[in-house]
Amino acid sequence: MKIIIAGCGKIGSSVLANLSAEGHDITAIDTKSEIINELTGIYDVMGVTGSAVDQEILEEAGVENCGMFIAMTESDELNMLSCFLAKKMGAKNTVARIRNPEYNDRRLDFLRQNLELSMSINPELRTARELYNVLKFPSALKIETFSRRNLEMIEFLLGEDSDLAGKNLHEIRKKYDAQFLIACVERGDQVYIPNGVFRLEKGDIIGLVASLPEMQKLLKMLNSLRRQAKNILILGGSKTAYYLAKMFEGGGNTAKIIEQDEQRSLELTEALPKATIIHGDGAAQETLMEEGLMTCDAFVALTGIDEENILLGIYAAQQKVPKTIVKVNRDELASLAKKIGIESIVSPKEITSNILVQYARALENSSGSSVETLYKLFGGKAEALEFIVSGESKITGIPLKDLKLRPNILIAGIVRGRRIIIPSGSDDIEPSDRVVIISAGNRLSNLEDILL
Amino acid sequence: MNRKMVFYTCGRMLLLEAVLLTLPLLTAIFYRESCFLSILAGVAAALLCGGIIMLLSKPKEGDVTAIYSREGFIITALTWVLYSAIGALPFVISGEIPSYIDAFFETVSGFTTTGASILTDVESMSKGLLMWRSFTHWVGGMGILVMVLAVTPMSNDRSMHIMRAEMPGPVVGKLVPKAKQTAKILYIMYFILTLLEIILLLIGGMSLFEAMIYSFGTAGTGGFGCYADSMGGFSPYLQWVVTVFMFIFGINFNLYYLLLIKRFKAVFSSEELWTYAGIVFISTAAIAVNIRPLYGTASEAIRHSAFQVMSIVSTSGFATTDFNLWNGFSKAILVILMIIGACAGSTAGGLKVSRVIMLFKSVKCELKRMLHPRSVSAVRFEGKPLDRQTISGVAFYFAIYVAIIFAVFLAISWEPFDFETKFTSVLACFNNVGPGLGAVGPAGSFAGYSWITKLVLSFSMLLGRLEIYPMLFMLSPSVWRRQM
Repeated sequence: MKIIIAGCGKIGSSVLANLSAEGHDITAIDTKSEIINELTGIYDVMGVTGSAVDQEILEEAGVENCGMFIAMTESDELNMLSCFLAKKMGAKNTVARIRNPEYNDRRLDFLRQNLELSMSINPELRTARELYNVLKFPSALKIETFSRRNLEMIEFLLGEDSDLAGKNLHEIRKKYDAQFLIACVERGDQVYIPNGVFRLEKGDIIGLVASLPEMQKLLKMLNSLRRQAKNILILGGSKTAYYLAKMFEGGGNTAKIIEQDEQRSLELTEALPKATIIHGDGAAQETLMEEGLMTCDAFVALTGIDEENILLGIYAAQQKVPKTIVKVNRDELASLAKKIGIESIVSPKEITSNILVQYARALENSSGSSVETLYKLFGGKAEALEFIVSGESKITGIPLKDLKLRPNILIAGIVRGRRIIIPSGSDDIEPSDRVVIISAGNRLSNLEDILL
Repeated sequence: MNRKMVFYTCGRMLLLEAVLLTLPLLTAIFYRESCFLSILAGVAAALLCGGIIMLLSKPKEGDVTAIYSREGFIITALTWVLYSAIGALPFVISGEIPSYIDAFFETVSGFTTTGASILTDVESMSKGLLMWRSFTHWVGGMGILVMVLAVTPMSNDRSMHIMRAEMPGPVVGKLVPKAKQTAKILYIMYFILTLLEIILLLIGGMSLFEAMIYSFGTAGTGGFGCYADSMGGFSPYLQWVVTVFMFIFGINFNLYYLLLIKRFKAVFSSEELWTYAGIVFISTAAIAVNIRPLYGTASEAIRHSAFQVMSIVSTSGFATTDFNLWNGFSKAILVILMIIGACAGSTAGGLKVSRVIMLFKSVKCELKRMLHPRSVSAVRFEGKPLDRQTISGVAFYFAIYVAIIFAVFLAISWEPFDFETKFTSVLACFNNVGPGLGAVGPAGSFAGYSWITKLVLSFSMLLGRLEIYPMLFMLSPSVWRRQM
């Protein structure tokens, strides 16, 4: 598909990298020629230097027959305007990054409709939502939700004293009476889709698929269910921090934000009457201690600097803060941070890329069962996808054990109405089911792609 | 640098040369010529060398296989040298060009679309080898690696680096987002235009063999023919067809793509195209007036003038008449045209019209700044302001370009020829034109030079075709270091 990406900053270029790896024909637009030169040097994409609201530039980029136009510039207004123009000039689908809280309420639907946007994307809000999910379920390193949170997959670290280590999957399934599935395992740099005889080791990160109650049941049996975070300390008063604090308002929760800039602190105070805003240098240990690092349930580092987030995350973990999450935008730093012991990492870049990759794949096949949600797991080494089965097909009505699947594919869950099925060989897929697939090394855009 | 990947890729390229050699092979079989065996030996040599290189440098599991711009440059340079070295073999083995150095010169001249020849008697060559000689023009015109990119599944994300090193012009853009797709489109357009010329030449009464030889020569802007008087013996119609096609192949191929996708405005507002057409028109008119007394009718003078101007400015090097016999003014124009060349992104050589425009505009800007030191101005080209990097890149290229002309001229200055011959030899080879003036004029040949000079000139042809940098980098020891 022909995709145009306007604005190639941090998030824009990450989206470009991911969509380019998907094999799409990509044209990048940016006002800075250095950025365009660099991107066209690294990726097999075409570049146009200029403004994304300039009609001639859009024409040069070939907007009239592009399948998807993505506006990712700094400014919300510019994004909306360029999407509007692109749509008028013939782009089939338009996606704008709109991240200012002013637009992200009821007015968003109005905007979306009248600007004919196919989708608006707010990386900060999505990041905050992911943070919120993990804070509500701190046992998980990361949570991927499917089917409107009916089914989840958590990434879970097997610690030193884990009961699961040293057992194979058959034994585990026999021992614990709960509906769950170990769908993938990351060991070192490798990702495995395990079968029954696969033996877990300590230090593995496993992907656990189950419904939320079953998940809690299992973790209780494993003695590793941690209680919800109620008092959180946020470092850095970014937009993400604002959205997160907003979600934490009410219900006996408290959120405290430490922000260095006085002006920004004042703004946050006005916008978040219930949260506590501290104006101070969060990188100073004294400030952190004074503001209750030792007593908080969770510490979230959201400053604009990856390195600062990582270092303070390590510090907080050393102080035995129950849950530490850091925001890391650069992939190479994220894998490094994992190695030196930071368990939970969020990356707005990755979150945004996931959504757009999924959207592009769904556009690719208008017929058949298309991708509903897509998550890249373990730094892109595996994928978790959710499909809605559209109708009768060669995949429905056949017991799963009789389906000839491609290697490294696992059917991890089926949601049928309100019922959640952790599938065994005798289950089958029926029309209008939601099916969760875990896949490594395959590129799936249609449910039928899992067949050989 | 990743030496393994460089050699491995070059090895694969050589395998493709074996495929390319099948066209002359078929020609030789068709005409039942004895050179058939020597071409077959060339095929075997290409397969053998390519295979051995690939085996020796096959990347092991876990080796880094990524290539970057540095590797791209070296792969390009090395492939061109290897192609010429292997491509020369059929000439030597058949005994039609006994000396290997001569054959190497001839093949380099073919691939680089120069058209400078050491042959004194073209007509005695076998048809199979003549076909090979001209086919190298066609392949070299659009580019060996661009062809590989278009037809083989080897492309990956980084293949852009290879393509960039081979495509001429100050700024290399793609037609479509994917490098492989771009290469394909380029070759399809190239193929169709060539086919069109073959058909038009056939209508004019050429045999298929002649039509192919001359079309390959025009398409690649090379200039190898199959007769001693180049195009002189053909009818005016055929000469005009070739004139027009030399013009067509001198235009940036991006413009043809823009025509295909119906963006006519962008084509007709192209500054480079109009400048190119202007240069051609003015030179033709000036020379036609100047040489009018030498020819019987005005139309003959115009035809010869137009043909020679197009032949030189597109750096083809065909001739319908011996322009060496023209007077100084006409020859001076031709020498200037040799340096300018045709459009960037075409198959032609030379400095390229767009670079010349940019140079003149930045000179104008500089002069203005001297008069008004506080003035701020931007150099605009094709309606857009140029960034500083492109401008300084063009100025730097020009400096190196001039320096190389001096260096090569100095290197061959001891040869026993007059100044005009030697100087235009350098220009004709470095700009991939072919014939120069004096003893290397359209009626002469490069046969009189010593083997050292032939090697130096071969090198300068490669420098000119690959726009200097890849060949220079190949000679730099620091690039070859394994680490860093």
